[in-house]
Amino acid sequence: MEKSLMKGNEALAEAAIRAGCKCFFGYPITPQTELSAYMAKRMEKAGGVFLQAESEIAAINMVLGAASTGVRAMTSSSSPGVSLKAEGISYMAGSDLPGLIINVQRGGPGLGSIQPAQSDYYQATHAMGHGDFHILVFAPCSVQEMVDTVMLAFDKADQYRIPAMILADGLLGQMMEPVTFPEPRTTLPDKSDWAACGHGNQREHHIINSLFLDAPLLEQKVQERFQRYAIIEANETDAELYQCEDAEIVVTAYGASARVAKSAVTAARQKGIKAGLFRPKTLWPFPKKELCEATKHASQILDVEMSMGQMIDDVRLATSCRLPVTFFGRTGGVIPTPAEVLTEIEKLTGGAA
Amino acid sequence: MAVVFERPKSLLDVPTHFCPGCGHGIVHRLVCEVLDEMNIEGDTIGVVPVGCSVMSYNYFGCDVIEAPHGRAPAVATGVKRTNPDKMVFSYQGDGDLAAIGTAETVHVATRGENIVIIFINNTTYGMTGGQMAPTTLPGQVTQTTPYGRNTETAGYPIRVCEMLATLSGTALAERVAIDSVPHIRAAKKAIRKAFENQKAKRGLSIVEVLSTCPTNWGLSPAESMQFVKDQMIPYYPLGVYKDVTAEEGTQA
Repeated sequence: MEKSLMKGNEALAEAAIRAGCKCFFGYPITPQTELSAYMAKRMEKAGGVFLQAESEIAAINMVLGAASTGVRAMTSSSSPGVSLKAEGISYMAGSDLPGLIINVQRGGPGLGSIQPAQSDYYQATHAMGHGDFHILVFAPCSVQEMVDTVMLAFDKADQYRIPAMILADGLLGQMMEPVTFPEPRTTLPDKSDWAACGHGNQREHHIINSLFLDAPLLEQKVQERFQRYAIIEANETDAELYQCEDAEIVVTAYGASARVAKSAVTAARQKGIKAGLFRPKTLWPFPKKELCEATKHASQILDVEMSMGQMIDDVRLATSCRLPVTFFGRTGGVIPTPAEVLTEIEKLTGGAA
Repeated sequence: MAVVFERPKSLLDVPTHFCPGCGHGIVHRLVCEVLDEMNIEGDTIGVVPVGCSVMSYNYFGCDVIEAPHGRAPAVATGVKRTNPDKMVFSYQGDGDLAAIGTAETVHVATRGENIVIIFINNTTYGMTGGQMAPTTLPGQVTQTTPYGRNTETAGYPIRVCEMLATLSGTALAERVAIDSVPHIRAAKKAIRKAFENQKAKRGLSIVEVLSTCPTNWGLSPAESMQFVKDQMIPYYPLGVYKDVTAEEGTQA
């Protein structure tokens, strides 16, 4: 298959079109700009809809509307814009609607910075809006993996009728790497048993709704949804384990910071330090089993993030606080260097054995 | 025996939760009569708001989506853009459409989104117990304007049709009322025109309906109709504020 050199944001857009996404609704924000721009150029030619909405709020609700009729729909934004989408995402979750939201994270809080950050982990995995719900959260770490994840995210969102998010960051969105694309999707899942696309006088009317004023009924709906979440947690976790087999120190990191951490782990190995990398590819569900496997022989964990430490809570929970977990991170748009991470590894292990 | 009146087929045969004297029942019927007359129920997707009419998904026979508060025009946009051959309408109250959803309302009009908006103006937030709405009249007492709406602190009511009539994408902006039989007949005609506009791909059609809320106004159903006539219509004059078919000199 032909390889092309492509920017992360543009690759995400092209992958979505090939995944059968029929509409993109967005609002301008750095550093995801190229994604919208690519959609503006390509989506209509591919037979789909591109629409620049009046706000992030409107954009996610356009996704909600399109998804309600059964078509594959998406939006993309960056951190401050994703906060605005939280309302719509909660309604989508409460209405059992699939859809894709891409967050090309930047520094925060507030207007923050436009440089890469990973400080929306809590939001994406634990609090993406009001109410009892989860969304699928994927964390690719290269342009190629982002492309592959787009297809997967749409498929899983449809399969479980749940919104999916790709939690990228400004580094992954802006960098260029060689990439190959999958063949365009020609057949998509049938949603005619629930979609509100006009009943054609052939069936009862379909209602897309998140309101249940009867408390026991709402409780039942939420519990049913959580039964589905349990199936997702059992079947859909994914992680990369790098040199973990005999690792005494396991570095945990996702997305862009995992690439930095990987370089540090490789350098540590060259110095004779038994270091490994655990990189979750799904953040919700968090790959707990995989992390326990990766840390079987380890005596400690170093968690590396481009934040003040958010995923570290899930790392501790997944390992039941069995091992000491140290944190190293940079935030606000500052990217940690492999040398910095290596220094931390050496500090924690006392250097080579 | 000849049938002189019956429930429209697209209005489901279920009890509604609306209060006695509430205008929603009348407007629901008018919308459903139009769906029946145009034989479009099967091709129509309704979008209902947050507010008293939120549970209209149980009453309209077409497919229905319940939107977040104020976002019905955006939801309807998503539906219509991906299903351009389907008929799409939103049904919204004044708080939904003219306060929390003002941006969505203005932009759906300026984009000329080819949908219908049925806008119920009853000067109050009914569902939450009668707070001041963007359309509450000056001096009107509500739960959150207990001494009457003071325009110095609470500002002035929004005249939605007048505002949207200035936008190029609006095909029809018409204000009607349900306080009398002639007005109800005119309301039906406006709703029909709005759906005909959508069929002809003319752009955004909004029909503002001056309606009643006896429970929160503290009036009887009959007094409420009088309130529409005496208080609301003078502030919100009925009529056509924009009609591209009239401008083109063609019949809708």
